[in-house]
Amino acid sequence: MNFDKELDARGLNCPLPILRAKKTLGELAGGQVLKIIATDPGSVKDFAAFAKQTGNELLSTAEAGGEYTFFIKKK
Amino acid sequence: MDDQKKLAIIATKGTLDWAYPPFILASTAAALGYETQIFFTFYGLQMVRKDLSGLKVSPLGNPGMPMKMPFGPKWFRGINWNIPNAIQGIVPGFESLATVLMKQTIKNNGVATIPELRSLCQEADVKFIACQMTVELFGFSHSDFIDGLEYGGAATFFEFAGESDICLFI
Repeated sequence: MNFDKELDARGLNCPLPILRAKKTLGELAGGQVLKIIATDPGSVKDFAAFAKQTGNELLSTAEAGGEYTFFIKKK
Repeated sequence: MDDQKKLAIIATKGTLDWAYPPFILASTAAALGYETQIFFTFYGLQMVRKDLSGLKVSPLGNPGMPMKMPFGPKWFRGINWNIPNAIQGIVPGFESLATVLMKQTIKNNGVATIPELRSLCQEADVKFIACQMTVELFGFSHSDFIDGLEYGGAATFFEFAGESDICLFI
Protein backbone atom coordinates (compact mmCIF):
# COMPACT_ATOMS: atom_id res chain seq x y z
CA MET A 1 0.00 0.00 0.00
CA ASN A 2 1.20 3.51 -0.76
CA PHE A 3 1.93 5.79 2.14
CA ASP A 4 3.29 9.28 2.67
CA LYS A 5 5.08 8.85 5.99
CA GLU A 6 6.21 5.98 8.19
CA LEU A 7 6.27 5.81 11.98
CA ASP A 8 8.40 3.23 13.74
CA ALA A 9 6.70 2.58 17.09
CA ARG A 10 8.42 -0.76 17.72
CA GLY A 11 9.36 -1.39 21.34
CA LEU A 12 7.01 1.34 22.58
CA ASN A 13 4.19 0.60 24.95
CA CYS A 14 0.80 2.17 25.70
CA PRO A 15 0.07 5.05 25.22
CA LEU A 16 3.19 6.01 23.25
CA PRO A 17 2.29 4.46 19.85
CA ILE A 18 -0.99 6.41 19.84
CA LEU A 19 0.62 9.65 20.99
CA ARG A 20 3.39 9.42 18.38
CA ALA A 21 0.84 8.56 15.69
CA LYS A 22 -1.29 11.55 16.63
CA LYS A 23 1.75 13.82 16.48
CA THR A 24 2.95 12.40 13.15
CA LEU A 25 -0.53 12.68 11.61
CA GLY A 26 -0.33 16.36 12.47
CA GLU A 27 2.53 16.69 9.99
CA LEU A 28 0.45 15.23 7.16
CA ALA A 29 -2.18 16.86 4.97
CA GLY A 30 -5.77 15.58 4.75
CA GLY A 31 -6.01 12.41 2.64
CA GLN A 32 -2.36 11.45 3.13
CA VAL A 33 -1.54 8.02 4.57
CA LEU A 34 0.59 7.17 7.60
CA LYS A 35 2.15 3.73 7.98
CA ILE A 36 2.77 2.65 11.57
CA ILE A 37 4.78 -0.36 12.72
CA ALA A 38 4.30 -1.40 16.37
CA THR A 39 5.06 -4.36 18.60
CA ASP A 40 2.53 -3.64 21.36
CA PRO A 41 -0.25 -6.26 21.04
CA GLY A 42 -2.64 -3.78 22.67
CA SER A 43 -2.12 -1.39 19.76
CA VAL A 44 -4.48 -3.44 17.53
CA LYS A 45 -7.56 -2.47 19.51
CA ASP A 46 -6.11 0.95 20.36
CA PHE A 47 -5.57 2.06 16.77
CA ALA A 48 -9.08 0.91 15.83
CA ALA A 49 -10.44 2.96 18.76
CA PHE A 50 -8.21 5.91 17.88
CA ALA A 51 -9.45 5.93 14.28
CA LYS A 52 -13.08 5.65 15.33
CA GLN A 53 -12.83 8.54 17.76
CA THR A 54 -10.71 10.91 15.70
CA GLY A 55 -12.32 10.33 12.30
CA ASN A 56 -9.01 9.32 10.69
CA GLU A 57 -9.59 6.20 8.62
CA LEU A 58 -7.84 2.93 9.54
CA LEU A 59 -7.25 1.46 6.09
CA SER A 60 -5.68 -1.82 7.19
CA THR A 61 -4.21 -3.78 10.10
CA ALA A 62 -1.79 -6.65 9.61
CA GLU A 63 0.32 -8.82 11.89
CA ALA A 64 3.48 -10.68 10.93
CA GLY A 65 6.20 -12.07 13.17
CA GLY A 66 5.09 -10.14 16.25
CA GLU A 67 4.92 -6.82 14.39
CA TYR A 68 1.72 -4.96 13.69
CA THR A 69 1.38 -2.71 10.68
CA PHE A 70 -1.33 -0.09 10.40
CA PHE A 71 -2.22 2.29 7.59
CA ILE A 72 -4.15 5.35 8.65
CA LYS A 73 -5.54 7.97 6.29
CA LYS A 74 -5.68 11.45 7.72
CA LYS A 75 -9.09 13.05 7.87
CA MET B 1 -15.46 23.93 19.49
CA ASP B 2 -18.59 23.44 21.56
CA ASP B 3 -19.04 19.73 20.92
CA GLN B 4 -15.50 18.93 22.08
CA LYS B 5 -15.52 16.24 24.76
CA LYS B 6 -14.03 17.07 28.13
CA LEU B 7 -12.12 14.95 30.66
CA ALA B 8 -11.58 16.12 34.24
CA ILE B 9 -9.15 14.22 36.49
CA ILE B 10 -8.34 14.68 40.15
CA ALA B 11 -4.86 13.30 40.92
CA THR B 12 -4.35 12.61 44.61
CA LYS B 13 -1.59 10.01 44.86
CA GLY B 14 2.10 10.75 45.26
CA THR B 15 3.82 7.54 44.21
CA LEU B 16 5.57 6.60 40.98
CA ASP B 17 3.06 3.89 40.07
CA TRP B 18 0.05 6.11 40.72
CA ALA B 19 1.52 8.95 38.69
CA TYR B 20 0.94 6.86 35.57
CA PRO B 21 -2.86 6.68 35.29
CA PRO B 22 -3.52 10.45 35.29
CA PHE B 23 -0.77 11.25 32.78
CA ILE B 24 -1.52 8.26 30.50
CA LEU B 25 -5.25 9.00 30.42
CA ALA B 26 -4.81 12.75 30.02
CA SER B 27 -2.28 12.49 27.19
CA THR B 28 -4.34 9.86 25.38
CA ALA B 29 -7.55 11.84 25.81
CA ALA B 30 -5.83 14.90 24.37
CA ALA B 31 -4.70 12.80 21.38
CA LEU B 32 -8.31 11.74 20.89
CA GLY B 33 -9.42 15.35 20.83
CA TYR B 34 -10.63 15.81 24.40
CA GLU B 35 -10.15 19.06 26.25
CA THR B 36 -8.43 17.79 29.39
CA GLN B 37 -7.71 19.14 32.82
CA ILE B 38 -5.93 17.59 35.82
CA PHE B 39 -6.44 18.94 39.31
CA PHE B 40 -3.49 17.98 41.55
CA THR B 41 -4.24 17.85 45.23
CA PHE B 42 -2.70 16.40 48.38
CA TYR B 43 0.05 13.91 47.47
CA GLY B 44 -0.74 14.34 43.78
CA LEU B 45 1.22 17.60 44.02
CA GLN B 46 4.38 15.48 43.83
CA MET B 47 3.63 14.87 40.15
CA VAL B 48 3.94 18.53 39.21
CA ARG B 49 7.07 19.36 41.17
CA LYS B 50 10.18 20.36 39.24
CA ASP B 51 12.00 17.64 41.17
CA LEU B 52 10.27 14.31 40.58
CA SER B 53 12.63 12.30 42.78
CA GLY B 54 9.93 12.26 45.47
CA LEU B 55 7.95 9.81 43.33
CA LYS B 56 8.79 6.34 44.57
CA VAL B 57 7.13 2.98 44.51
CA SER B 58 6.54 1.09 47.73
CA PRO B 59 5.98 -2.66 47.93
CA LEU B 60 5.17 -2.20 51.62
CA GLY B 61 1.51 -2.92 52.30
CA ASN B 62 1.02 -3.50 48.57
CA PRO B 63 0.37 -7.23 48.15
CA GLY B 64 -0.65 -6.77 44.50
CA MET B 65 2.80 -5.69 43.45
CA PRO B 66 4.90 -8.41 41.79
CA MET B 67 8.53 -8.16 42.90
CA LYS B 68 10.59 -9.35 39.98
CA MET B 69 14.12 -8.52 38.93
CA PRO B 70 14.48 -6.51 35.71
CA PHE B 71 17.80 -8.17 34.77
CA GLY B 72 19.43 -11.58 34.47
CA PRO B 73 18.34 -14.70 32.61
CA LYS B 74 14.67 -15.36 31.97
CA TRP B 75 14.25 -17.94 34.76
CA PHE B 76 15.68 -15.44 37.24
CA ARG B 77 13.41 -12.61 36.04
CA GLY B 78 10.43 -14.89 36.50
CA ILE B 79 10.96 -15.32 40.24
CA ASN B 80 8.53 -13.40 42.43
CA TRP B 81 10.49 -12.33 45.52
CA ASN B 82 7.93 -12.70 48.23
CA ILE B 83 9.54 -10.58 50.96
CA PRO B 84 7.45 -10.21 54.12
CA ASN B 85 6.31 -6.69 55.03
CA ALA B 86 8.04 -6.96 58.40
CA ILE B 87 11.40 -7.34 56.66
CA GLN B 88 10.66 -4.64 54.05
CA GLY B 89 9.82 -2.26 56.85
CA ILE B 90 13.14 -2.56 58.69
CA VAL B 91 15.55 -2.64 55.75
CA PRO B 92 16.83 0.93 55.18
CA GLY B 93 16.47 2.10 51.57
CA PHE B 94 14.05 -0.66 50.64
CA GLU B 95 11.74 1.76 48.82
CA SER B 96 14.61 3.39 46.98
CA LEU B 97 15.81 -0.02 45.82
CA ALA B 98 12.29 -1.02 44.73
CA THR B 99 12.04 2.29 42.85
CA VAL B 100 15.33 1.73 41.01
CA LEU B 101 14.17 -1.76 40.02
CA MET B 102 10.76 -0.47 38.93
CA LYS B 103 12.33 2.27 36.78
CA GLN B 104 14.50 -0.36 35.08
CA THR B 105 11.44 -2.57 34.49
CA ILE B 106 9.62 0.43 32.99
CA LYS B 107 12.58 1.08 30.68
CA ASN B 108 12.84 -2.60 29.66
CA ASN B 109 9.17 -2.62 28.67
CA GLY B 110 9.21 0.48 26.48
CA VAL B 111 6.89 2.26 28.91
CA ALA B 112 7.24 6.03 28.97
CA THR B 113 8.81 7.77 31.95
CA ILE B 114 6.75 10.17 34.08
CA PRO B 115 8.73 13.26 32.94
CA GLU B 116 8.11 12.17 29.34
CA LEU B 117 4.36 11.65 29.83
CA ARG B 118 4.08 14.90 31.75
CA SER B 119 5.69 16.90 28.95
CA LEU B 120 3.54 15.09 26.36
CA CYS B 121 0.50 16.27 28.33
CA GLN B 122 1.81 19.82 28.38
CA GLU B 123 2.57 19.77 24.65
CA ALA B 124 -0.99 18.58 24.05
CA ASP B 125 -2.37 21.53 26.06
CA VAL B 126 -3.63 19.48 29.01
CA LYS B 127 -4.38 22.06 31.67
CA PHE B 128 -2.71 21.49 35.06
CA ILE B 129 -4.22 23.00 38.18
CA ALA B 130 -2.62 22.68 41.61
CA CYS B 131 -4.65 22.87 44.77
CA GLN B 132 -3.53 26.05 46.51
CA MET B 133 -4.76 24.84 49.91
CA THR B 134 -2.56 21.72 49.88
CA VAL B 135 0.40 23.67 48.47
CA GLU B 136 0.26 25.73 51.65
CA LEU B 137 -0.66 22.81 53.91
CA PHE B 138 2.47 20.91 52.89
CA GLY B 139 4.70 23.97 53.03
CA PHE B 140 5.47 24.11 49.31
CA SER B 141 6.02 27.32 47.40
CA HIS B 142 5.08 28.01 43.80
CA SER B 143 8.75 27.87 42.84
CA ASP B 144 8.78 24.13 43.72
CA PHE B 145 6.46 23.48 40.81
CA ILE B 146 6.81 23.42 37.03
CA ASP B 147 5.86 26.42 34.92
CA GLY B 148 2.46 26.57 33.32
CA LEU B 149 0.67 25.43 36.45
CA GLU B 150 -2.41 27.31 37.63
CA TYR B 151 -3.42 27.46 41.27
CA GLY B 152 -6.97 27.19 42.51
CA GLY B 153 -9.41 25.43 44.78
CA ALA B 154 -12.44 23.17 44.72
CA ALA B 155 -14.61 25.78 42.99
CA THR B 156 -12.03 26.06 40.20
CA PHE B 157 -12.17 22.31 39.74
CA PHE B 158 -15.96 22.26 39.47
CA GLU B 159 -15.99 25.06 36.92
CA PHE B 160 -14.46 22.62 34.41
CA ALA B 161 -15.60 19.28 35.91
CA GLY B 162 -19.24 20.38 35.86
CA GLU B 163 -19.04 20.63 32.08
CA SER B 164 -17.03 17.43 31.63
CA ASP B 165 -18.12 14.21 29.94
CA ILE B 166 -15.79 12.05 32.03
CA CYS B 167 -14.61 12.80 35.54
CA LEU B 168 -12.07 10.59 37.34
CA PHE B 169 -10.75 10.58 40.88
CA ILE B 170 -7.34 8.93 40.93
